[in-house]
Amino acid sequence: MDRKAGWAKVESGIMESMASLTEDSATAGGDQGGVRRRDFINVAAASFAGVGAVSVALPLINQMNPSADVLAEASTEVDVSAIAPGQAIKTIFRKQPLFVRHLTPAEIAAAEKVPTSELRDPQSLEDRTKAGHKQWLVTMGVCTHLGCVPLGAAAGEVKGEFGGYFCPCHGSHYDTAGRIRKGPAPTNLMVPEYAFTSPTVIKVG
Amino acid sequence: MSFPWANEYKPSNAFTRYLDERLPLPRFVYNAVGAGYPVPRNLNYFWNFGVLAGVALMVQIVTGIVLAMHYAAEGTIAFASVEHIMRDVNAGWFIRYAHANGASMFFIVVYTHIFRGLFYGSYKPPREMVWHLGLVIFLLMMATAFMGYVLPWGQMSFWGAKVITGLFGAIPLVGEPIQTWLLGGFAPDNAALNRFFSLHYLLPFVILGVIILHIWALHIPGSSNPTGVEVKSEQDTVPFHPYYTAKDGVGVAAFFLLFASLVFFAPNMLGHPDNYIPANPMSTPAHIVPEWYFWPFYAILRAFTVDFFFIPAKLLGVLAMFASILLLFFLPWLDTSAVRSGHYRPLFRKFFWFGLVPCVIILAWCGGAPAEEPYVIISQIASAYYFAHFLIILPIIARVETPKPLPNSITEAVLANHAGTKLQPAE
Amino acid sequence: MIRIGAFLVGLFFAGWLVVSAVMGAFAFVSEPPAKTAEKVFHKYPKDVDFSFNGPLGKYDRAQLQRGLQVFREVCAACHSLHYVSFRDFAQLGYSEGQVKTIAQEWPAETPSINPDTGEATTRKPIPTDKIPAPYANDVAARAANNNAIPPDLSLMTKARHDGSAYVYSLLTGYQNPPAELAKKFPEAMPGKTTHYNPYFANLNLAMAAPLHTDGQVTYGEGAPKPTVNQMAKDVAAFLTWTAEPKLEQRKRAGTAAVIFLLVFLGLCIGAYKNIWADKKAQA
Repeated sequence: MDRKAGWAKVESGIMESMASLTEDSATAGGDQGGVRRRDFINVAAASFAGVGAVSVALPLINQMNPSADVLAEASTEVDVSAIAPGQAIKTIFRKQPLFVRHLTPAEIAAAEKVPTSELRDPQSLEDRTKAGHKQWLVTMGVCTHLGCVPLGAAAGEVKGEFGGYFCPCHGSHYDTAGRIRKGPAPTNLMVPEYAFTSPTVIKVG
Repeated sequence: MSFPWANEYKPSNAFTRYLDERLPLPRFVYNAVGAGYPVPRNLNYFWNFGVLAGVALMVQIVTGIVLAMHYAAEGTIAFASVEHIMRDVNAGWFIRYAHANGASMFFIVVYTHIFRGLFYGSYKPPREMVWHLGLVIFLLMMATAFMGYVLPWGQMSFWGAKVITGLFGAIPLVGEPIQTWLLGGFAPDNAALNRFFSLHYLLPFVILGVIILHIWALHIPGSSNPTGVEVKSEQDTVPFHPYYTAKDGVGVAAFFLLFASLVFFAPNMLGHPDNYIPANPMSTPAHIVPEWYFWPFYAILRAFTVDFFFIPAKLLGVLAMFASILLLFFLPWLDTSAVRSGHYRPLFRKFFWFGLVPCVIILAWCGGAPAEEPYVIISQIASAYYFAHFLIILPIIARVETPKPLPNSITEAVLANHAGTKLQPAE
Repeated sequence: MIRIGAFLVGLFFAGWLVVSAVMGAFAFVSEPPAKTAEKVFHKYPKDVDFSFNGPLGKYDRAQLQRGLQVFREVCAACHSLHYVSFRDFAQLGYSEGQVKTIAQEWPAETPSINPDTGEATTRKPIPTDKIPAPYANDVAARAANNNAIPPDLSLMTKARHDGSAYVYSLLTGYQNPPAELAKKFPEAMPGKTTHYNPYFANLNLAMAAPLHTDGQVTYGEGAPKPTVNQMAKDVAAFLTWTAEPKLEQRKRAGTAAVIFLLVFLGLCIGAYKNIWADKKAQA
């Protein structure tokens, strides 16, 4: 009996207080105002509990995001002065391999010869390098298929059929502009955000 | 559950009807902590502390799981990984301070819960099993808290681990092999740190399991109440929900208010500064103390300073410390008075408020103080009283005391209580 | 049976404790424990008014910057700051470029490996590095400091009771040992390599007064005069920040949380009275 009465009161209280909230809260002082105001407190207390739970849940979820030390390493400076034409280096950006390649004039010519319309992911070499630094190809060393590290950056590694990079996992071939030419990879090797802070230093990220 | 007038769960729609036939979980919850559980109508705020202990455990489990995502249990980096949490992890300082102070909150709540049981005779038949399971939870909590304190691998962590495992070394013959086995080495190191982390993660879930048994056992006779008179009719009870969910809401809000004050404004007040010094096996802190919630037991441990013929004082201290907790298991048979509530036991009440309570507070104070006079003598006298209270005084009181007349029913007690105070008409 | 056993166990424990207490009391009276020099001469930290004290306290950025300067020019010669990174100095109000400069000009260098030979070497620190330690390892630190390792200072103000005031008091507490100490506790007098300071736990410490002359560090324009007192206070504030960099966020979140919970408590009391109204009326 008590329980039903209690429940019915809570339920009608929720309905009523919602109604009074949407209509005109100033009318809640009338005859039935006492009842309404009292039930409003129950709803308010429950709502506060909900708000409190959410505001504690947020930091508990946010803690899984990258921490300050990880974010601080989100940008990397690379000195490219020691890379001779035709050579490439593998360095680390955001805990993943980054390829920096000094293209030879022949490689630049090979990349520019290909009409972009024939490509799976149409991009020109110009799109993929910085103005005035066409010889510097900076890409992530992460195959766009399933994330293996393609070969071709270190001396003596297979460069694939198009002289760029070759991913041994599932046989994707990239050309000298890091564009996908053959194999399962859907897109070109990703070019991260970077800028030349001096003629020989790039800041990635 | 146990009373014939308990509300019955009635599924309100097709989905809950479907569920009720296949997995009656809503029915179970309804009968356990919902409107289907009739509870004495006269519970005071001390009866909030069971629910609060559950809240504290959940806080510890949630914050603990999160901390374990960032903590590294390896001697050379454990301390640094905690500092990483404090400095670099998003809201890491909040989560760690919440976990560290959450342990203190848990013990504050559980100690209040235990003393509530001691005063109101909640350990007496038919609720002995509730009391025994509660003590098991308390022992598991102590083990969990101790191992958790080792994890930051500060000076107090290290030396606490060394001293507490050293207690086992006091056992004759097998003591030293046991100590070496517990540590996985001759002193606390990686092996100990890793197993403590593993068990510290496991035990809270064991506690959760025993809590379910604790509540199950409670629901057989139903909750006790401040008069200690059993429920006689429907008039004596109210459904748990919404009456006690509302009352527990007040307790929960007050709990979080105190908790937040600690976490945000005095997060290191209950900790020891030495634990911000990385563990150093070559240098002992000037004054090794456990966390505050172990102080009474630590005082009993140190109170034994004189060998008893062939029994060394160290072993006596260890035995007494364990005995001080284990004797609580025998309480239902030591206090044989038929009257449960301390309210109706004039003599018991005097010894409770002027004997046991100050005794435990004095023990705590001595346990946190350095091992020198006058603290040692005071802790010896207080420890002596502690054992005498439970093992000698309580059985005697039960025999010689004339209890005050009990009310005929809970409702009668409530009415008598209200007769004195002017009632406000309902709005 | 249980009660007889319990009685005997209780009698044994309680009885033996009383015997021990009587023996202890007798020993205490007949041979009172000697007072130690620490008991008589050790002092608790002075009362210091820091901007970050109190529930709404905040760091004074200018003071933290001065403290960093004192740390770099004085303390960093011997003390490490393991848990702090250069990038953290952005919180003291420095720009990205300034942080980079501070890292570049730090008195110690970060251990590194020569990329050509693989030999151990050092390089100039960058913002993401932790503050490099002045000594390569504990053995080197011990050897250079009369066998006493200068402790890491990242957490010093949390590793001592009343830590911020402790650091200030210790730095300004060097003095000649009182005549009474020489008279009563000649063994507690400072030795050749130790220095008397009543704020240090055992009165004599290996570190000589690091801040000894007003103007030892030259502060920039608009800053207070770099007296020993001022420098000690600034570096104590800086070390409070290194130990508790989230203090401001903590107190801010705490204020919001406590206000929220007070309102919540009020609503809960209201809801409780409300729900119990019919029961109370019946009674």
